[in-house]
Amino acid sequence: MKEPLIVLENINIRTRDRSILSIPRFELFPGEALGVMGPNGAGKSTLLKTMALLDLPGEGTVFYRGKKVTDHSVLDVRRRFAVALQQSLLLDMTVHQNIAIGLKLRHRSRREINMKVEHWMEVFKISHLARKQALHLSGGEAQRVNLARAMILEPEVLFLDEPFSALDFPTKVQLLKDIKQVVSKTNTTTVFISHDLTEIKYFTQRMAIIMGGEIKQAGSTAEVLSEPNAYAASFIGEWSRLLT
Amino acid sequence: MMELLFEGLIKAFEMIISGDPEIVEITLRTLRVSMTAILVSTLLGLPAGMLLGLARFPGRKLILVLINIGMGLPPVVAGLWITIFLWRSGPLGDLSLLYTPAAIVIAQTLVSLPIVTGLTATAFQQIDEKMILQIKALGATRWQLVWILMKEARLAILAAIIAGFGRVVAEVGAAMMVGGNISGETRILTTSIVMEVSKGNFDIALALSFIIMAIAFLITFCLTFLQQRKRPE
Ligand SMILES: Nc1ncnc2c1ncn2[C@@H]1O[C@H](COP(=O)(O)OP(=O)(O)OP(=O)(O)O)[C@@H](O)[C@H]1O
Ligand SMILES: [Mg+2]
Repeated sequence: MKEPLIVLENINIRTRDRSILSIPRFELFPGEALGVMGPNGAGKSTLLKTMALLDLPGEGTVFYRGKKVTDHSVLDVRRRFAVALQQSLLLDMTVHQNIAIGLKLRHRSRREINMKVEHWMEVFKISHLARKQALHLSGGEAQRVNLARAMILEPEVLFLDEPFSALDFPTKVQLLKDIKQVVSKTNTTTVFISHDLTEIKYFTQRMAIIMGGEIKQAGSTAEVLSEPNAYAASFIGEWSRLLT
Repeated sequence: MMELLFEGLIKAFEMIISGDPEIVEITLRTLRVSMTAILVSTLLGLPAGMLLGLARFPGRKLILVLINIGMGLPPVVAGLWITIFLWRSGPLGDLSLLYTPAAIVIAQTLVSLPIVTGLTATAFQQIDEKMILQIKALGATRWQLVWILMKEARLAILAAIIAGFGRVVAEVGAAMMVGGNISGETRILTTSIVMEVSKGNFDIALALSFIIMAIAFLITFCLTFLQQRKRPE
């Protein structure tokens, strides 16, 4: 068994009056593509925020490669990850500058940055948009920029929070294909949140069902889809049976 | 009435073209004092506004309420308080700042600081929390995050400075009270307009008003230009 890359232990995140994420233990393994499904408000984005170390949990511990992540080390570890959220949240600058920003924040040389930006714009077929203002892009274009901005970091772990949901069908299929290709070629570990069973089936080998802030079932994607437990069945049961 | 305006215009041109030394001196002092005040307001108000807009700490709401009240603070009230503080026997009397340009700078800063701070705070409060997460996710340090957010909010920040500057140049009550409108020392454009009007010299007052309007226009124009700078397509 491989050593896990990220381990969550005894995580408890709550608002004033209720718990929004409660995870005794959860592991992410190197090289895997993990799917996360669950109803609205289940805590998927909160889980991603915690795993991607965007916020250290008040209660509980995140381990990265066996080491506890502390306030002191969190930025270093976070810089090995990349995140693309549902809303593209591009900055008010050109497409080129948006894609370059992560490397710029890491003080990479201008030569390296330009080379990589060119490369990733090509991969996502947005080279022609380089000088355009990011806020003028269409939803699909913006989402490509969003993904290029994440992939250029050559992350160890790529976190995707429903980044395809606003796209038209052909664009979605094309991007899913492109990303999957890149991810498997670079052996990037991926966490993929989606409401779409077909996307999860296509993209992931393992999946977790989260409801009410708790992971109700986790296992190989095929297994969870064919043999959902009571919780998972209540959420995806019908649909997965229709699909398989 | 039109005649009066016309005369004022002629007089203004005469005074400006002839380089009337007193006018030049008053104008330069006005510029110096107002620019210093808005600079101090910006240097204090931007960081304070950013902190109030982004951070969560006890007492924050109360401070925001006080700032909002401060935005409407009548300048004469500000002037009164500064006078009391700077009065010879007052707490800061030893500094002998009353009736100096420094006192006017303090007064103008006091009336513009809540505006700069409050509008900056509002701008930063409006930034989507998810945007902050996304910037963190891109690997930004705390200072890099602040820098990027400042660039994102640059339009609103400039608007805050423009509004603060408007208050500074328009303000007269406090400048009169703490500066005393002393010829050659603390007379600035607004206070001398008040004085000329009270003396019945409408033409000079008009001339001065044209100068102050020109200054306000020029500086606001420059700031707006900076704000609306056309971005490369
Ligand atoms: N900053 C916050 N303050 C208070 N409550 C929050 C905060 N962030 C999330 N929550 C709550 O936590 C719960 C989980 O939110 P989360 O965004 O993780 O859900 P999700 O599974 O991603 O939902 P969706 O499918 O709609 O994206 C929700 O009920 C939400 O209202
Ligand atoms: Mg979500």
